[in-house]
Formats: sequence, C-alpha cells, structure tokens
Amino acid sequence: MLKLHYNLEKLSMGLVGAIIVVASVGGIIEIAPLFTIEETVEIPDDMRPHTPLELAGREIYIREGCYACHSQMVRSLADELDRYGPYSLAAESAWDHPMLWGSKRTGPDLARVGGKYSDDWHVAHLIDPRSVIPVSIMPAYPWLTRDLDTGLIEDKLTTLARLGVPYDDAMIENALADARAQSQPDSDGTEGVRDRYGDDIAVRAFDGDPLRLTEMDALVAYLQSLGTLTDAAQEMLTEDVP
Amino acid sequence: MSTDPKTLPGADPHTGNREIDPVTGYDTTGHDWGGIKELNTPFPKVALAALALTVIYSVIAWILLPAWPLGRDYTRGVLGLDQQAMAEARLRNLTDLRAGWLNRFEDPDFAALSDDPALMALAMPAADRLFQDNCSACHGRAGGGGPGFPVLHDTYWLWGGAPQDIALTLQVGINADHPETRWAQMPAFDWMADEELSEVSDYVAAMRSGEADPDGAAATLFAENCAACHGEGGVGGLMNGAPSLVDDAVIYGQDADTVMTTLLNGRQGLMPYWSDRLSDAEINALALYVARMSDAAGSTPSGATE
Repeated sequence: MLKLHYNLEKLSMGLVGAIIVVASVGGIIEIAPLFTIEETVEIPDDMRPHTPLELAGREIYIREGCYACHSQMVRSLADELDRYGPYSLAAESAWDHPMLWGSKRTGPDLARVGGKYSDDWHVAHLIDPRSVIPVSIMPAYPWLTRDLDTGLIEDKLTTLARLGVPYDDAMIENALADARAQSQPDSDGTEGVRDRYGDDIAVRAFDGDPLRLTEMDALVAYLQSLGTLTDAAQEMLTEDVP
Repeated sequence: MSTDPKTLPGADPHTGNREIDPVTGYDTTGHDWGGIKELNTPFPKVALAALALTVIYSVIAWILLPAWPLGRDYTRGVLGLDQQAMAEARLRNLTDLRAGWLNRFEDPDFAALSDDPALMALAMPAADRLFQDNCSACHGRAGGGGPGFPVLHDTYWLWGGAPQDIALTLQVGINADHPETRWAQMPAFDWMADEELSEVSDYVAAMRSGEADPDGAAATLFAENCAACHGEGGVGGLMNGAPSLVDDAVIYGQDADTVMTTLLNGRQGLMPYWSDRLSDAEINALALYVARMSDAAGSTPSGATE
C-alpha cells in the first residue's frame, strides 16, 4: 500500500489522476444529494414567499451583517427545541437565496423570532439596543430610520422568480405598491397585498409612522415574518412530542 | 526485508550504496541542491498509526451510522440513529423531568400553589429563566420596564395584578394577533385645536401632582374626551388598559411634551400573546412569578438584576 503511494509519487500524471479520484469521492458525497433536492425537500402547502417589504428587509439584514452574529436555524438538539421551538426544516429556507442559517451565535437564534416581540420593541432595540437591554453588546443601527430605496424591488422579485421562488406576474408588477401598502394599514393597497401573500401577513406601520416607508419598516417586517411563513415545523413537533 | 537496496531512495542505482548523514544517522533522498542534501527522515510511526485508526473508525462509522448518499435516500446505518428523533426524545425526557412540579401549575389555584414552599423553591427559579428568556427584553431583567414597556415590580396594573389576571394577559396578549386579545387603543386626538391640545397636555401633566385646575376649560375637555376610559378625574382602575393619570406610574411619560405626542398620534402598545410559545402550566408559573415581583415591591427578586 505504502509502496503504491511511493511509486505513484514518481508518476506525475498518475498522481494527478489519483488526487482527482480521491477528491471526487468527497465531492460526490456532498453534491449528489443536491441533484435530488427537488424531491427530498418537500414544500409545505401553507408556505408563502416573503412579501416585497420583507424581502427588502432581508436585503438590509444581509447588508448590515446581522447574519454574522445571529443564526436562523434551530438545530435538532433538545435544549434548542426547549428554548426556541421546533427545529428548522429545510423547506423553511428553500426560497431563501442565499439562505441565512449561519453557524455562529453571538446573539440568539432568530429563526422563530417573528411575533415574539412588539414592533415598538424592535424599533427601540435597533436604534439603541442598550435602551431596552442594558447589558446588550449589539451595535446600534440608528440610520435605519432613513427612507427605503425601492429602486430594485421589482427586479429582486424577478430574479428570485427565475430561481424558482413562486412569485407570479401580478406579484412582480405590484411589488412596489405592495411594499408601501404593507406598512400603511389604512391605505387602499392592503387588500391587494393580503390577496397575493395571504391573510396571515402583518400589515402594520412597523416603524410607527405610516407616512414614510423606511428601512426600519422593511427590517422589522422581515424580522416579524421569521418562522411564520409556514406552520409545518410546529405541526411536526406537536405530532412527535405531544 | 528483502527490498533491493538499489531501489531505495538515495541509493546509487548501480551499487545500491546509500549516503548516510553522519550527524543523524539517517540516509538521504539523493536530491542535491548545490551541495545541500535532504534527509530521508522516516514518517513518524505514531502519525501512521493515527491515520490507520481514522480509516478503521470511518469504516465502522459507515456501518453503524447514516453515511452514504443514495440519490433520494441514504444508508441508515445499523444503529438506525436519527438526530431529530433523538432531540425529540431528549425533549420528552426534559418535559418528564419537569412534569412532577410543572403539571401542578395546570390547575390555576394560585393560592394553593404559592402556599407550598417546596413547590415554589423549584418553580420560581424555573419561572425566572422563562422570564429572562421571554419577558425581560421589554420589561427589564427585574421587571423595571422602560418607556413604552410597563414596570412589573410595582403595584400598579392596567389589567389587574392578580396571578389569574396576569395569566390571561400572557395567554392572549394586548393588542396582539390572538382572537381574544385584550384591546386597548388610545385614539389620536389630532382633530383637536392646537390650543386645546396644549391645554389638555398641561392639565394631564399636572394631574400627577394634584395641581390640575378642576374648573378650567381643560378639565371640561378631559371630562368629555378622556374620562370615559381613564375614569372621572383620571383615576383609572376601569380594567380597560387605560392607566390612572393621578398615580406615580407612567408608561410613555406624563410630562406635557410626551402627553402632547400621545394625544397627536395615539398609543397602541402591543404585548405579544404567549399561548403558542408557552404551555398553560408555564404561563401560570410565570403569572405567579410576575405577581410575586410586586409583592416584594421595590426589592429585587432573587437572581435578577436591574
């Protein structure tokens, strides 16, 4: 065996070939399951895609690097189920491009944070974390109160639709109107955004001011949607652990 | 070893003679870089043995544990382990461990529960964990509250401070998505004239110290617009979520500027509902914990800091 290696080292093309064979084994084991991902990851019937406003919030979440300290995956460990709720399912992030599971937690996991705190709390906490949690080490994000740049919002939906997220033509066409309507609970557009994304979406003035569409509106709408896109994970855990 | 010495590294291909380094006693590889030669140090036996062990372990692991992908499925392994099933089993164990004392909280007979010191010694530290994880973000680690988030360790309550009242607030929330949530909306009075707004703001700001003029125009405005929810003279206590305006407790602030903001925009503070996240027993334990915060009014509950 060692002799084979010794001789192989002297044949440069043979060595290259052997390296390719060995590395391919590892590669195939990692890549092969992805070929069947369409069949192995089952999208639940009640799953909805993010609304345009939540999607804009997701972009801000990525821009500000929230994923560097917050994961979005409840791992299948008893302590995590006890604290955060049902473990995350692959389907829950099937329409996330890129997914934001993360592996490092300086702050808590956010996969099930939607609805846990009030909008007011999120706004106060993002502007100055120490105002609500004196011992927090999270940075402050006071600039989120500026206006949301909606220039690319339709293109974002188009791109995701091409990647397989079920945004239809009406959703893409109304992306900007839907983003505004979701943060203006008294406006005429709320019926449209509920029609397209379901009655369960939150339609509120997330930053407290319905007149302006801010980055805060988008980010809070996104945070409040985390873990609420489908009930599949809750149902699975309730079935298994009554 | 019957290896032909001529094939060994560093050996002369014709004679089989090898050059031995006089300092270390090792032979050389035969490579020569302008007089600098390379020792043919043997690979450490320990490292070779470790490598062999990892190979042996991986073969055993392939047999025992889930390992090889097979398209839509994978090899399950002889042990049939499943991480998600294991986590659920351990969660069941955790629940069973707690069941002894936690199940007693399913019956909301709070007087009987708090009369059992042994039960309280077990349950209150656990309730403290629940409070720190779920409630402290808004209400503070010791229940000290903050602007917009009510203080819990005092004796002022909007919806009642008895454990059963607190339990209901926890179950359904305030202005939350729960179908039976407690509703409390302070409407905006932006339709009032600026002058009237500023009079009412000053009037409400003066109420706390009892210096509000009971015969002025603002008092009439207050009686017509505010007293329905806040009670006659602003004493509150109607259990409708509208606070008393004559006591020491404030939520958003009771200076004239803050009252003006409140009048202009209204307030619809939201308390999330917890019946989806916590069990009834956990909610009852938390309700008792929060009720006891105010029993020890002013003093800091054990284990919590401001």
